[in-house]
Amino acid sequence: MNRITKYRQLSDNEYEIWFENDRIAKKAQPGQFIILRVDELGERIPLTIVDTDKDNGTVCLIYQVIGKSTKKLSTLTVGDHILDVLGPLGTPTEIKQYGTVLLVGGGVGIAALFPIVKGLKEAGNKVITVLGARTADLIILKEQCEAYSDELIVMTDDGSLGEKGLVTDAMERIFKRETVDTAWAIGPSVMMKFCTLTAEKYGVPIYVSLNPIMIDGTGMCGGCRVSIGDTTKFACVDGPEFLGTDVHWDEFIQRMKQYRDEEACSLETYQKEQVIDNG
Amino acid sequence: MARRSREKTAIAEQAPEVRVTNFNEVCLGYTLDEGKLEAARCLQCRNAPCIEACPVMIDIPGFILQIREGNLEEAAKILKKYTNLPAICGRVCPQEKQCEMVCKLGKAKNFEPVAIGKLERLVGDWALDNDYSEDLVLPDEKKGKVAVVGSGPSGLTVAGDLAKAGYDVTIFEALHSAGGVLSYGIPEFRLPKKIVKQEIGTIEKLGVKIETNVVVGKTIDMEEIMSEFDACYLAVGAGTPNFMGISGTSLNGVYSSSEYLTRINLMHGYEFPRFDTPIKDSKHVVVIGGGNVAMDSARSAKRIGAEKVSIIYRRSLEELPARIEEYHHSVEEGIEYYWQTNPVEYLDDGTGAVGGVKVVKMALGEPDESGRRRPSPIPGSEFIIEADAVIEAIGQGANKVLLTTFPELKLNKWGYVDADPETGKTSVPGVFAGGDIVTGAATVILAMGAGKVAANEIMKYVEEKKVASGKSK
Repeated sequence: MNRITKYRQLSDNEYEIWFENDRIAKKAQPGQFIILRVDELGERIPLTIVDTDKDNGTVCLIYQVIGKSTKKLSTLTVGDHILDVLGPLGTPTEIKQYGTVLLVGGGVGIAALFPIVKGLKEAGNKVITVLGARTADLIILKEQCEAYSDELIVMTDDGSLGEKGLVTDAMERIFKRETVDTAWAIGPSVMMKFCTLTAEKYGVPIYVSLNPIMIDGTGMCGGCRVSIGDTTKFACVDGPEFLGTDVHWDEFIQRMKQYRDEEACSLETYQKEQVIDNG
Repeated sequence: MARRSREKTAIAEQAPEVRVTNFNEVCLGYTLDEGKLEAARCLQCRNAPCIEACPVMIDIPGFILQIREGNLEEAAKILKKYTNLPAICGRVCPQEKQCEMVCKLGKAKNFEPVAIGKLERLVGDWALDNDYSEDLVLPDEKKGKVAVVGSGPSGLTVAGDLAKAGYDVTIFEALHSAGGVLSYGIPEFRLPKKIVKQEIGTIEKLGVKIETNVVVGKTIDMEEIMSEFDACYLAVGAGTPNFMGISGTSLNGVYSSSEYLTRINLMHGYEFPRFDTPIKDSKHVVVIGGGNVAMDSARSAKRIGAEKVSIIYRRSLEELPARIEEYHHSVEEGIEYYWQTNPVEYLDDGTGAVGGVKVVKMALGEPDESGRRRPSPIPGSEFIIEADAVIEAIGQGANKVLLTTFPELKLNKWGYVDADPETGKTSVPGVFAGGDIVTGAATVILAMGAGKVAANEIMKYVEEKKVASGKSK
């Protein structure tokens, strides 16, 4: 189980892997995630399920190397096994006929957005997709998203692909141009916050997918708790999708930084070990 | 017969100043000679009340007699008839509220009861060290297939008993390690994980299959389980943490005890960065609550280097629900107590992290339905305790992932599974339940007791079902 069958580097530090897991491949729905642990000393990290191949019983993940665990994960290749994979977790996206939907993805968040794009298109919606990143190399899954979108707009900070500007610029333009029934935004928290503010201005309901710190991913510890309106929710079981306008963004962003020092220490120790081990 | 000592035979422990620097077990256990000495204190009562007070009704005088004779193998044989996890129960059962509470020796003036738990542990450890197992002949043809959801003490007990009786048993566990609270909740210094792994190993040797990384309700659902198995036992525990919900709960550094202990025990946070899961280095830790989980959290915080650790409890020492042994250990280790004190608000240190706890003193009124005096805040008695980490250990609720995906299952008004305490039967035929998911958070041994009861009922159910389907053919 969990044997890696495909491995592809997408950009400087983004990778796509497919691994065998019949049960997850069979059950996964858009918006759900898995928790994995690379090895015996490893931590449990959440990653969104990007795609599945039910016939082969395989599951696709796309991740960005940002710290020790993702670094370790990137050393695994075809034929290797991921020690533990738990899923599918979380409440799936409500896929139905909304009318016209706007989907906004930023950076590696595009990976989490893609299954929702696909699901909503297959459910008969008019799908407008906006993809944004710092630079052209970081726009992932462009062709795949295009295949399931009626319109695809690409925005880059440096103008190296599509238009130069922010995803919110594209959102404004679309909202001014036509009626959008529901929107989704998945990407860095600051981006999701500003997408929410933009959608709110035009009175369009917008869903975001939160990525707080998680440990078990099954509702057992509350590490991933978020304030949603007046209530406390556990993103792992109640989410990860919530209405953006209900999220207390500043609190959420603050809680994400909780282990910044420890994360840096962990990566640094690992890199030193690698140098010692591999010369 | 030699005169009986009034006190329990002394047991070796790590010195407090040493043990606060490590996660090794505090209590080192009896040697055989010490065990024989302690076993000789047992009166060998005819109608031994200790048996009745044990939720799995171990023949206590019987196994103790064997220890007295120095025959640990015979003692182990007796224990194994009643319990699948003696090395664990000997360590974590609240004996002072069960077997030892009713011990006749302990009822005599100035006498302490027999150290039943410590003797059970001696035998349990001997069985593990000597790889002792019963001479069981397991049938080739299985009597039926049973699924067990959750690998905590209740699930392990059901699985062990059914396997011994010739059933094909599969346990589904959501986490990556089996054991439930034994693995993620109770710390190493009270219950070494090596012991947990060994005890689980003895259950696997009976042919029980354990599938980790399976959340029933997500990875597989109840429908699939019911089509593949003859019966199912739900033992998913009460693992959803409660938060008081006071202002500041979302500040960084505020944990549920479940998160804190999971990071430390299951993920080895105390060995960071060798293990990848971090836990904050905190100087002043405040733990809220008075149960074993509060003790475990506070003592863990001390061990990862906190200078000052305080427990705040809204009632007094008299009402403390924690094991008295653990309370004493905590005091020896320098844990400080604020009695009759309750938090009102967590204060921001200016960076989004907790900097202190505003608390209020509590007055104790008349006893409530639990028989404990009801606390109420004393107006104007607020003060602030400095803290850079707060751990709420105020109890847990039902695990909802499975329950929400299984609407046919009837729940009681507290959200726990409505199961007959005499049989473990639920509203769905073939589905049994026990342990914390039925009773709410209780003890390891009660969960095991529920498992023993349910195992027998499951056997009856499967046999009757086979007979009925045989007739209908």
